[in-house]
Amino acid sequence: MVSAVFHSPLDSSSPPAGHAAPSNATKTVADGAASAGATGQNGSKTGAAAPRRDWAALSRSFWMAVLPPACGLGLLIGLWAVVSATTGQSIPGPADTWQQAVSIFSDPFYRNGPNDQGVGWNVLASLERVAIGFGLAAVVGIPAGFVIGRFTFLSRMFNPLISLLRPVSPLAWLPIGLLVFKGANPAAIWTIFICSIWPMIINTAVGVQRVPQDYMNVARVLNLSEWKIATTILFPSVLPYMLTGVRLAVGTAWLVIVAAEMLTGGVGIGFWVWDEWNNLNVKNILIAIFVIGIVGLLLEYALVKLATAFTFEEVKS
Amino acid sequence: MNASLTSKFIEVQGVDQTFKTAKGLFPALRGIDLTIAKGEFVALIGHSGCGKSTLLNLIAGLTTPTSGALLCANKETKGPGPERAVVFQNHSLLPWLTCFDNVYLAVERVFSRTESKAQLRQRTDAALALVGLTHAAQKRPGEISGGMKQRVGIARALSMEPQVLLMDEPFGALDALTRAKLQDELLEIVARTQSTVVMVTHDVDEAVLLSDKIVMMTNGPAATIGEVLRVDIPRPRSRVALAEDAVYLQCRKAVIDFLYTRQGHVEKVA
Repeated sequence: MVSAVFHSPLDSSSPPAGHAAPSNATKTVADGAASAGATGQNGSKTGAAAPRRDWAALSRSFWMAVLPPACGLGLLIGLWAVVSATTGQSIPGPADTWQQAVSIFSDPFYRNGPNDQGVGWNVLASLERVAIGFGLAAVVGIPAGFVIGRFTFLSRMFNPLISLLRPVSPLAWLPIGLLVFKGANPAAIWTIFICSIWPMIINTAVGVQRVPQDYMNVARVLNLSEWKIATTILFPSVLPYMLTGVRLAVGTAWLVIVAAEMLTGGVGIGFWVWDEWNNLNVKNILIAIFVIGIVGLLLEYALVKLATAFTFEEVKS
Repeated sequence: MNASLTSKFIEVQGVDQTFKTAKGLFPALRGIDLTIAKGEFVALIGHSGCGKSTLLNLIAGLTTPTSGALLCANKETKGPGPERAVVFQNHSLLPWLTCFDNVYLAVERVFSRTESKAQLRQRTDAALALVGLTHAAQKRPGEISGGMKQRVGIARALSMEPQVLLMDEPFGALDALTRAKLQDELLEIVARTQSTVVMVTHDVDEAVLLSDKIVMMTNGPAATIGEVLRVDIPRPRSRVALAEDAVYLQCRKAVIDFLYTRQGHVEKVA
């Protein structure tokens, strides 16, 4: 009943990140158990056949885990091949691209001057910008989220500002960055900072506002100091929300860095895409798309794992 | 300690409580007068929504009354404090702390100025031993049963050596057998510690078994105290022996009569 009051557009982002993953996991476990149970019943009738049936169930659950994703990937490659064939190789096919990828990744860390470096250096340069911009945003955004969530006055003071600035595309801030910092690299970092700070402020603030009243009552009955409240109650209870914010921020940052580097140049995966476009080297662009996707996937996966580790059972009220 | 303080340890004087809701003002409590003696066990009973928990929160100091005054040991209650420990309905343990750390948090707050860390740890162990949970000390609340969680909640409250123990339907969410076991444990603990207890309940048997005085509340809105019943059954009390005790049955009948004949069900009124 009470929770209905809190529904806001932020809700979609707030369930702790880990939830999707464990429910998936339990489903596969349940599937396995169900089929094991079924074979168990059969086994009791046939006796000796039981162990073999178990293997059958295991291999079935293995194929159910592997086959659908393999089909999806196959579909993608198939469509890609068809598009490539019908456009007369103006978009390179999967086989050509694969060969190119093998040759690129056989030497990812070479340096032939500032504008010709290996794909490894480009990815690392982009990750470094994301890390710095995101790190600065975390340093500013998380404490800001805490105080905005804790004090109603500050929340009402900053909410209009956040609502106004959040919908602005981070790239719109790039010229301001260039103007202020007089350099492409700090401007790109500035863009990352701007785009990652909003999810962290908002999620942290929402997390603080949603600390269950029961926990705060415990704090009040014990007369805990504000510092003790922050460290033993607020922080652990806000952590899952905060990590959701971090995950959203890193996701957005990785989206934005590609676009920002296309504009600023230098070294970086976004610049690499644009450079290869200027060279009309479409194979490398396709490879870059995969590299960006895989790096994004790994970042997301790592942060989901992190969030699951810090999510505790809530008190049912 | 003088006699008047002993007989009037907690005083509730003409308390009204009105809540602001979306539909306007809601008068929850009106004209509550109640005195509780030191060492007395008082049960607050009434239909759901009659403001039992509201009254308990007022005594705890978690909320302030719209009008009227609350006194504890002749001092006006200005806010919650560790001398009035609360056992919450849903145990309210911090899920990221072990049972030991949950209790230690309370012990540390109350005794850290005067005692060493070893003494604090000893107190925590003693509180967990009191509720029979020494073996679960290093477990997190998510890893133990509902009854055990409630016992940790009680251990946390008792560990503070409070002057008053306030319990908000502490056994409401438990099954009948676990509830009976914890009631017996509570009787024992209270007999040993001589605590003053105020307990909100909707269970007639629980109220008669545990308390010296049963405060029966009328239905809300604007609920007030309908009747106060003294339970003159000598202690220690045994659940089995009481089942056929004349005074017990008489008290039980009086409460049931109040709740179901004179107050009826809330649903009918609403």
